[in-house]
Amino acid sequence: MTDAAVPVPAPATALSRLLRRKLALLGIAIILVVTLSAVFAPWLVPYSPDEQLFDGLTIEGAPLAPNGTFLFGTDLLGRDLLSRILYGARTSLIIGVVANGAALVIGTLIGVTAGFFRGWTGAVLMRFTDLMMAFPALLLAICLAAIFTPSLWIVAMVIALVNWVQTARVIYTETTALSEREFIAAERSLGASTPRILFRHILPHLVPMIIVWGTLGISTTVLLEATLSYLGVGVQPPTPSWGNIIFENQTYFQAAPWLVFIPGAAILLLALAFNLVGDALRDVLDPTQRGAE
Amino acid sequence: MAAYLMRRLVAAFLILLGVAAITFFLLYVLPADPVRQIAGRSATAQTVENIRHQLGLDQPFLVQFGRYLAGLSQGDLGHSYLQKTDVATLIWARLPASLLLMAGGIFCELLIGLTLGVIAALRRGSALDQGLMVGSFVAVSAPQFVVGLLLLYIFGVRLSWFPISGYGSFSHLVLPSVTLGILGSGWYSRMMRSSMIDVLRADYIRTARAKGLGRARVVLRHALPNAILPVVAMIGIDIGIFMGGIVVVESVFGWPGIGQLAWQAIQRVDIPIIMGVTLVSATAIVLGNLLADIITPLIDPRIRLR
Repeated sequence: MTDAAVPVPAPATALSRLLRRKLALLGIAIILVVTLSAVFAPWLVPYSPDEQLFDGLTIEGAPLAPNGTFLFGTDLLGRDLLSRILYGARTSLIIGVVANGAALVIGTLIGVTAGFFRGWTGAVLMRFTDLMMAFPALLLAICLAAIFTPSLWIVAMVIALVNWVQTARVIYTETTALSEREFIAAERSLGASTPRILFRHILPHLVPMIIVWGTLGISTTVLLEATLSYLGVGVQPPTPSWGNIIFENQTYFQAAPWLVFIPGAAILLLALAFNLVGDALRDVLDPTQRGAE
Repeated sequence: MAAYLMRRLVAAFLILLGVAAITFFLLYVLPADPVRQIAGRSATAQTVENIRHQLGLDQPFLVQFGRYLAGLSQGDLGHSYLQKTDVATLIWARLPASLLLMAGGIFCELLIGLTLGVIAALRRGSALDQGLMVGSFVAVSAPQFVVGLLLLYIFGVRLSWFPISGYGSFSHLVLPSVTLGILGSGWYSRMMRSSMIDVLRADYIRTARAKGLGRARVVLRHALPNAILPVVAMIGIDIGIFMGGIVVVESVFGWPGIGQLAWQAIQRVDIPIIMGVTLVSATAIVLGNLLADIITPLIDPRIRLR
C-alpha cells in the first residue's frame, strides 16, 4: 500500500521520470499515433469507410488481400480495410475515454464516500461493491448490451456500469488508510471542516492513484468494447469498430485472415500501450513501488 | 476460524441473494419481450396473453421473484422458455465441458506463467527478463478472441495439428485451454517473478548458500516452494475472469459449455437460462474468492483472518 506521508512527487519530475522509460515512451507513441489517426481520420483515409468499392472485390466476389492499392486489403463487402481501421480508432478511443472516465468517477465517488464517512453509509456502499464483484462481469455486460439496442453511448454506459468496481475498492482502501493518519487528525483538531479535509487533503493524495487506475482502466475498456463488438452486442455495423470488423468478417477468416488479424493487432497495440504507460505511471507516482523493478 | 468461516458463508449467501435480485430485476424491466419470442411472429394478441399468464409473467415483480426464490430453495432453477427442459438439467449437462475447459485453462496459465516468472526472476535485469516482462504485458493486453482465432488459424487451419472446433478428445481441448490460459499467464508470470525475487533475498536462502548448497538445489528445494505458494493461492480469484473468458473461448471454438448456453439464451431472451447461468457463475466466483481468502493465511501464518 502507498505510504501517504511521503509527499506526492511534483508533476514535472514525475513526467520526466516517465519519459526516461523506454516502454512508457513506446506506449505514449502508440497512443499518439492512434489518437492522431482518430482525429484526422477524414483526411487520412484513402476511401470512404462505408463505400463498397467497385474494384474492391475479385471477379468471384472475394475480398482482396493487402496490396499496393488497398494497403490492408478489402473486407467482405469490398470496403477498404485501412479506412475502416482508421475510423474504428475513433470508436475505440471514444469508448475508452468516456466509459472509463465514467467508471472512474463512479468508483472514486463510492470509494471516497465509503472510506471517509464509514458508518453504515460506508458499509452499505462496500457491501454493494462486494455484490458487484461477484457478478460475472462479461456476462452482465453482454446481457445489458443485448437488452438495450446497442449504440456507441449505450455500450460506453454498460462498460462503465461493469468497470467501476475495482477502482472503488482501491480508492476505498486508500481513503480509509489516509483518514486514519496523523495529519488528518491534526487538521481535524485544528477545526478544519469536512469539505476542507476532503478536498484539500484527501483528494490530492488520491490523484496519483486515480491517474494510474484511469490509465490501466482504458486498456480494460478497449478490450471489453472489442469483445462485446466481436460477439455482436457492441457497437453495431456499419459504424466501424475494431471488434465488429472481426465480427463481420470472421465467417471468411480462413481464406482472408487479414480481416481478423489486422484489426486484432490494432486492439492489442492500443490495450498494450495503455498498460505500458499505466504500469510506468504506477512506478513513477507511487514511491513505495520504487526499487521493486 | 469456524466463526470467521460462518460469517463469510453468511455474507456469501447474502451476496448471491443480491445477485439474484439484481439480475431478476434487470431481466424483468428489459424491453425485449420473451413472450413474443415464444409465441412467434404470427401469434394473436390472445395467444400472447395466454402464454404470458401461463408463465406467470403478468404477475407483479415481487410475486415473480418470490416464486423464483421459492423454487431456488428447492434446487429448482425454473424452466427454459424455448427448450422445454429444466434449467438445472441444461446447466448440469453443460457444466462438465466448462469445468474441463477451466481446468485446462488453469493448467496452462500456471505452467506458462510460473515457468516464465521463475526464469525472469533468476535472470533478473537481463535482456531475457525484460523481454519476458514485455511478453507478460502483451499476454494481458491481447483480446482472447483474437488469441483464439490466431491459434486456430496457425495450428488448426495451416498446420492441421489440432481440430478447428468441437469437443470430445484431448486434442480438442488443447487450443481452447491455451487461449483461456494466456491472459492469466501474463499476471502469474509477473506475480511469480516478484515473489521469487523476494524469496531469493531472504536470509534463509543466504544461509542455505553459505552452508555450501549448490545454486540449483537452493533454487529448487528452498526458494521455489516458498515462492510458489502465495502465487498459487490466488487461483480462486481467477474464477471470475474465467467466467467471462469461457463465453468468448467457447464461442470461438464451438465448445459446448455453459458459456455457449448463456450466449444462446441471451440472444433468444430465454430468461430462466440467463438467470441460472448468472447464479451458477456468481456462486463459483464467490466460492473462489472465499477459497483464496482461506488458503492464504494457511500458507502464510503471518496473515491473520479478521
